[in-house]
Formats: sequence, C-alpha cells, structure tokens
Amino acid sequence: MKVEIRNIGMAFGSVRVLENIELGVNAGEFVCLLGPSGCGKSTLLNIVGGFIPPTEGTVTIDGEPVTGPDPRRIFVFQERGVFPWLTVEQNIGFGLFKQSDAEKRERIAHYVQLVGLRGFEKSYPRELSGGMKQRLEVARALAVNPDVLYLDEPFGALDSITRLQMRRELLRIWHAERKTILFVTHDIEESVQLADRVVVLSARPGRVQSIVNIDIPHPRDLSDPRYIALRDEIFGEIGLAHQV
Amino acid sequence: MSEHRNVERVVLPLVVGGLLLFLWHVAVKVSGTTIFPSPLAVTKGIRQLPHLGAYVADSLLRVGFGYGLAVLLGVPAGLALGWWSALARAANPLMQMLRPISPLAWMPLAVIWFGVSNVAPIFLIFLASFFPVVLATMNGVRNVPPMYMQAGRNFGLSTAALIRRVIFPAVLPRVLVGLRIAFGVAWLVLVAAEMIAVDSGLGYMIIDARNAGKRYDLVIGGMLIIGVIGLLLDTMIRLLERLKFVRWAFHE
Repeated sequence: MKVEIRNIGMAFGSVRVLENIELGVNAGEFVCLLGPSGCGKSTLLNIVGGFIPPTEGTVTIDGEPVTGPDPRRIFVFQERGVFPWLTVEQNIGFGLFKQSDAEKRERIAHYVQLVGLRGFEKSYPRELSGGMKQRLEVARALAVNPDVLYLDEPFGALDSITRLQMRRELLRIWHAERKTILFVTHDIEESVQLADRVVVLSARPGRVQSIVNIDIPHPRDLSDPRYIALRDEIFGEIGLAHQV
Repeated sequence: MSEHRNVERVVLPLVVGGLLLFLWHVAVKVSGTTIFPSPLAVTKGIRQLPHLGAYVADSLLRVGFGYGLAVLLGVPAGLALGWWSALARAANPLMQMLRPISPLAWMPLAVIWFGVSNVAPIFLIFLASFFPVVLATMNGVRNVPPMYMQAGRNFGLSTAALIRRVIFPAVLPRVLVGLRIAFGVAWLVLVAAEMIAVDSGLGYMIIDARNAGKRYDLVIGGMLIIGVIGLLLDTMIRLLERLKFVRWAFHE
C-alpha cells in the first residue's frame, strides 16, 4: 500500500465532517474521491496532504506517518494556484530550488513540453487560458518529481469541452509518469472516465459508502455498455436517477 | 483604436488646461483686479526667481528622505504585522490612535526636537507616509490567497523563503497602491511643514512671497509648480504598476 488512511475522523467544533474513513491506495493507482458538495472530500484530501491534522486516525505513506506537507506529494488546486507574478517557466521551476541550474533548466524544458506549453515559456498566467493555467499547475507539481499527486477538483472551473480535453491530457501524463493520484471530484462522469477505483463518500458526515472498481482499459469509450453500467451504479449509490 | 485613446488621454486634458488658462486670463483682464495675477504675470514672476531650482531640490530632498525612510521601515513592519497576527493585535490600537492625528499636529514637537532644520520636515513627512505604507502592506499580507501559501509550504519552503518568494511578490501590488497613497500625503505635508520649520523649499517660497510683499504671482506660481511636480512623481509611481511581475493585479 502506498497511501494508507486508517480510521480518519474529522470534526470542526461540533460539526462532524468525516467519520471512520478507511482506504488504501496502491502505488501508481488513480483513485477518485467522489461525493456531494460538503461531504468532506476536500477536507479528507487536505488531511492526507498534511495540511490539516485529523481529529482521529492516521495517514501513512510508504509506512511513514504524515505530519505535514511534503514535496514528495504535491497538491494541485484549481487553476488559481499558479503564481501570477511568475512566468510559465518560473512557475514550473518554483520547487526546484535544490537542483543545479542545468538540471532545473532541463526539467523545466521537459515539463513545458509534456504539458504542451511550448512557446509560452515567458508568458505570465494572465496571458494563458484556464486550461493552460491548469496544465501549468500540473507541470509545476510534476517538476519536483513527486510520487503522489493530490488533485482537488482541478477542472471544476473549466468549461466542459476544455474539461474533457484536460482529462485526456491528465491520463496521458499519468501513463507517462506513473504517479499515484488521488483526485477529488463531484462529477460522476469524470470519476468513471479517469479512475481505477472510485470511492463514493456519503453526505456529511462523510463515510466511505462504497468503492467501485472501474475495470475498463484506457482509452475509455464513453458509449461502452460497461462504462454506462458502472456510471449508473454510482448514480444509484448516490441516490440519483440518471434522468434529467 | 489606440490612436483614439491617445487623443483622449493626452489631447483632451491639454484642451481643458488651455481653456482654463484662457478663462483665468480673461477673468483677470475683465475684472481689472490688481491683486490676483494673470497667467502671464505668474510666468514672468517665476522666471525672475533666483532660487527656484534650489527650492525645488530642497523640497524633493526632504520628501526623498522622509518618504524613503517610511518605505524602508514601513514595508518590513507591514510584512511583520501581517505575518504575526499577535503582533498586529498588540500594535493595532496604538496605530489606529496615531493614524487620525494629522502629521501637522506634530509640528510644534518637531520644532522643539529638531529645531529649524531639515530634520523637522523630514520627520513630519516620515510620519505622514509611514502609516499608509504599513497598513497597505499588512492588509496585503492578510489577503494573500491561502492556496499560495499552501503551495509554497508544499514545495518545502522555509518560513523565510515563503515570505521572500510567495508573500512578498503576492503583496507587492497592494504595496504599490499604498506607496502611491503615502506619496500623496507626503507631498501634502511637505508644503505645510516648509511653511514653518525651514527657510527654503516650495512651501517656504509660498509663505515668503506672501509675507515679503504680497507677491501673489509667486504664491500661485509655487502652487502650480507643486501641482506639476506632484503629478510627475505620481505618474512615475504609476509606471511601477506596469512592471511585469505586478501587472497581474492591475490589468484584466
């Protein structure tokens, strides 16, 4: 097990947000945390990332307890997380302050290429589209060569076409770099398109309601009966009929 | 399009200025006043003034020192107060009490402490510009989006590196706004301070012109020079807002 979440509980004052969360994530696995707004899935990701200490329970990574944020595990926010005062290459190089200049340059060039920002190295974030900013943030995270990525609704602010493209991009990068990914979303389709396993959280206080294995190889065909069956299973889990 | 905007930004203000000068001239001629000078008389008076360059230099020097000191001390103080909220809670009542006191109220004390010297107006200008700089910086730090700090921590930055590489660049646009406000106040205070504590500078020139022989052409000339220099310096500070690493906060 890469990431082990044991009996995590969280309360803000008297409000119980998370209860008895148990979850193991394998190295290289793509896991989505799915749940309705306010179910505590972002809180859970922040706990796993070491930004908030839990009220109960422990998180270990490679057997080592998490006590704070760590450059081996990088958190990716919505696109607003990039630093607006730095250019594309300065953003990507932000975490590379321990590397030599030559290595820094090489890594920046590599990740500029990987996320398709060639030609924009000297641009500032305000000159980029939302999707480009998001790719920039992913590149900044990957540049420090973490083994785990935490993504907190990273595509939530993008339009639906860009979002689809970004999912494909993320999967391509995931295949290339083989990181362990924990991805928070409230979008059922998104979780079924991306994840190896979808962890469905109940409404507050959040608990693990079920874990759905998405046993469809990539690239996934969105009209495949298996895709539709799994999607509908999760719709059912959340208590929604899949009709508008 | 951009040509059209240049016309609006340069030509229109010049037209308005010219029109006002013309009205001023006509008003003086029509009323036949002997006290209030015409624009031409003001120009002539200023040209005859022997010390004008030295006065402007003295005034700029005082503002340079007082304001420069306020920026050098105010930005770090604001960073510290924004970062350590306990410090801010301790200092805030005192600052809120000192802030509404006009810097000019300190003038008698400044004269006792520093006598008739350059130090008195420099001290007053420092007082006037220090608080706007501190407050703008402090509020800037408090309003840095938490995710910037979270990201900084995530990449393993020490507290010192976090302040230098994340907090400082993130607050810089707000600091620049504070610098502009502080400069405006400093320039206002300068003139008043020079009317009392010293015997040179643009403020002194105005009060001296009146006392020495009711030279209202020089009074108005002094006022115009103060206005024009203030405008020029404000424009220079505004140019800082176009620097690449702060532009994100000002445009689009």
